Formats: sequence, C-alpha cells, structure tokens
Amino acid sequence: MPVSTTTQGTPIWRLRTPRAQWLGYLAWLAGTCLFLLCWKLISDNTMWVFVEDAGRQGGDLISRMMPPEWSYAHMLWKPMWDTINIATLGTVLGIAMAFPVAFLAARNTTPHPLVRSVALVIIVASRSINSLIWAMLLVTILGPGVLAGIIAISLRSIGFVGKLLYEAIEEIHPTPVEAISATGASRLQVMNYGVLPQVIPAFAGISIYRWDINIRESTVLGLVGAGGIGLQLNASINSLAWNQVSVIFLMIFVTVLASEWISARVRHAVT
Amino acid sequence: MSRQTLAQQGEWRRRPIIQDPRLRWGLVLAALVYLLLALSTIDVNWARVTEGASRGLNFLAAFTQPDFVSRRGDIIDGILESLTMTLTSTVIGVALAIPVGLGAARNISPWPVYYLCRGIITVSRTFQEIIIAILFVVMFGFGPLAGMITLAFATIGFMAKLLAEDIEDLDWRQVESIRATGASWWQTMNHAVQPQVMPRLIGLSVYRLDINFRESAVIGIVGAGGIGATLNTSISRYEYDTSAAILLTIIAIVLLCEYSSSHVRRWTQ
Repeated sequence: MPVSTTTQGTPIWRLRTPRAQWLGYLAWLAGTCLFLLCWKLISDNTMWVFVEDAGRQGGDLISRMMPPEWSYAHMLWKPMWDTINIATLGTVLGIAMAFPVAFLAARNTTPHPLVRSVALVIIVASRSINSLIWAMLLVTILGPGVLAGIIAISLRSIGFVGKLLYEAIEEIHPTPVEAISATGASRLQVMNYGVLPQVIPAFAGISIYRWDINIRESTVLGLVGAGGIGLQLNASINSLAWNQVSVIFLMIFVTVLASEWISARVRHAVT
Repeated sequence: MSRQTLAQQGEWRRRPIIQDPRLRWGLVLAALVYLLLALSTIDVNWARVTEGASRGLNFLAAFTQPDFVSRRGDIIDGILESLTMTLTSTVIGVALAIPVGLGAARNISPWPVYYLCRGIITVSRTFQEIIIAILFVVMFGFGPLAGMITLAFATIGFMAKLLAEDIEDLDWRQVESIRATGASWWQTMNHAVQPQVMPRLIGLSVYRLDINFRESAVIGIVGAGGIGATLNTSISRYEYDTSAAILLTIIAIVLLCEYSSSHVRRWTQ
C-alpha cells in the first residue's frame, strides 16, 4: 500500500502511488482522444442537415405507423410459421453439426491436437460471421427461399453451440470417465457412458438458448431473401406501408417474447 | 422388457431422461409430426440449386485466393468505418447502460423506475440490430451515425440486463456497512456497488465491443455504414474473391478482439 508523508512528517495513506495515478490519467486521456478521433471520423461522414431533421422524421414515422393495419395480420401467419421453422430446423441442423465438432474441440476428448485446432478454427469462423451474411451468400448459391435461411442459421449456430459445449465438456468430472475406462470400455463407450451423461443438461440448455436467439435472427433473414417474415417486412418497407410494418413489428415482438419465456422455463428446468 | 426384469438377468440399462414412458413417446411423436409438417413447407427448386452449386464452388475456391488488392481502398475505408462505429457505440452504449442497469436492479430501485428500465431493456433486446438500423436510417439518413446509434441502442439492452443481474446478486452486507456510516445514495453506489460489479462490467464491455464489431459488418446492408455495404455489393456482383478477403479480414479482427478480451478479463479478475 502506498504511504506518503505530509509536510509535518506524518504518514498518510493513498489509494495509488503517484506513478499509478499518472498512468491512470494518461490512459483516460488516450482513451478520450481515441474516442474523439472516431467521433470526428463519423461526424465527417454524416449529413448533419438530415440529423437536425431527425425528430420530425421520427414523429412522421410514428404517425404513419399508427394505427396499425390489423387486417394485414392474417397474411402474416404463413411467414411467421416459416420463420419459426427456419429457426427450429436451423437449430436442429446446427446442433447436429456442432455436436461432433465440440467433442473434437474439447481438450479432454479430442483424438489429436491437430484435429482440435481445426475444430477451433471451424468454431471461430462460424462465430465471427453473422447469420445474415451467411444468408446473403447462400441466397446467391441456393436461390431465395426457406432452405437458404435454414442453412444460414445452422452454420451460425455451429460456432455458438460448439464453443459453449466444448467448454462444458472440458469442465466435466474426470472420475466417472476413469471409472468407465477402468471397466475396459472402448473409446465410444467411454464417451457414451462417462462423458455424455455429464454434459446432457448443459447441452439441452445451450440448444434451447440458441433456439431462442435463432428465432430473433430468423425474423430478419428475409431482408436478404432467405424466407420468413423478413420478406414481408422488406416488401412493406419498400412500398412505404408503415402501418403494415407496425403490425409486423408487433408480431415479431410477441413471438420473440414467447420464445424467450419458453427458453427461460426450459433452461430453469434442466439446470 | 422392462429395466427391472433385465436387471435381474444381470443386464444393465441406463435410466431414460424422461421417466414417464407415455410423456417420453408422446414427445417423440410430437417432434416427428412437427418435423414432417415443417419439412413439407420447404420447397426447394433443385434446378436452381444445381445451377448455384458451381457458384458455391467458385466461392469456396475464392477463399484459397482472396483478392485484397483490387478493392483495397473500399475495404480499408469500410473496415475503418466499422471500427470507429464499434468504438464510439460501445462507449456511448455502456455509458447509457449504467443508469438503466442501476434502474433495472430490483434491490436498489423503486418500482416505477424498475418497470421503465426493464421496458427499455426488453424493447432493445427483442429487435435485431438490423431492424433498428432500418428505423434509424430513415430518421438520421444514410451513414455511420445511424449505425452508431443503432449499435449503442442494442448495447444498452445487452449491458443493462447483465449489469442489473449482477447488481441483483451482489453482497448486500457491504452495502449495509457503507450505509451504516451515513453515506448518501451516491456514496453507497460508488463505494459499495461499483467495486463489486466493476470487473464484470469491464469484461462485458470488452465482449460487447467484439459483438458490436461483428454486427457493424451487417448493418451496412441497410445503409447504416461500415463494411457491410462493401460486402453486400461484392456478393451481389459475384466478386467472390473480394468477399472472401472481407470475410477473412472480419474473422482476423474478431480473433484479435477475442484474444485480447480474454487477456483483459484475466487482468480484471
């Protein structure tokens, strides 16, 4: 603890040494400068005339959204069903691919360190690319439609589920695994009876959590043509039918809240 | 044969996860019915898929020889814009998330404030960044400002929720002991609450920086600035070598962020 003396010679306590204090100030100064520099870059690229107008534009937008065109809602059941299907099937497919990847990526179950690094690269690549970008790519490859959305969602889910699952596998108790291998079990049997029962609750929790996120993400995939309610959203925005947009927003809001509630209940039950 | 009779014959089977067989098979049946219904709604145009397959191969081939050079100016501008948006939006978002997070913690805020702040969090978390970006682009015009406000808004929901959860499980004895000295509300926050949540707050901010960068790569699609616009253009012009270069740059930056954020988190704990 830094103790310095006053002019009278009595020692007093301070939180930091003068050196640490100055370094702290310097770090704050550097951070502030960086922030201001970034702000300057953004401000240079902004048309401030439009921004001054923002309040009026916002008010205008809200007045056009009200009242919502409720009769449009019955056109939305099919796209909503598609959206839920994209999220669910995408999650199922993603889990199916993430499961082996996680076992290959976990330090205690991987067959070889080289395989582990390949699995880690797959996880990172899948995690860094947003599902919307995957969807853009897949739409140009597979053509617009629900299938591109499902595959986009599943590719994005590999990284998320894989990462959380391999961390869960690395945290398991080694004792059951040792006990099973002591009976002379094969590698697969050790996985099946020693490792799997320990990670199943975590796995269920992670999967339902990802499903909940995927519902949210699949609502916008239609913006790039990958099916679901986003297609309707895009059409309504392009035709400036803001009173339909508000119905769609409300529908997305309710669906996402419901999925979040289901996911929270299930996760509460399994953990 | 039931497990008990099998066990008497010396054969062991593990217990099923769901004990009640009717519920178990019912769930399996429901899942199968759902799968059938859901799969039947997918109509795949196989002619289109076979046509696109060669494009898919082209795309994969592009990853082996990404083209950083021919659109270098656009890529550098886009990445710089994404990075500036990321930094400013994280700083502003975290600064705004702290009061909202304090308000959304049930143990330190009164009921009306609690409900208001929870409402803000729910709205911000429910809508994808890209939907919010569409609205803000309409309001603020094209460009990075709309993107920055979008990301800041999304950051508020994320940070405030996790901060509020952290405050809700803090060690209440420290708060009581500071209060017992006659401290004011500000002093209580500063000396009892803040030291307990600070490490988590720093860790989450760094994590959010990482997420904001990834999101900034997408919101450009709707005109909110950043690398997304460049990426979108390159994909729709089938210039896959440029798209591969952009994607590889994004992956590299995310990796760098992740590597440094794990260091920062280790340092704060």
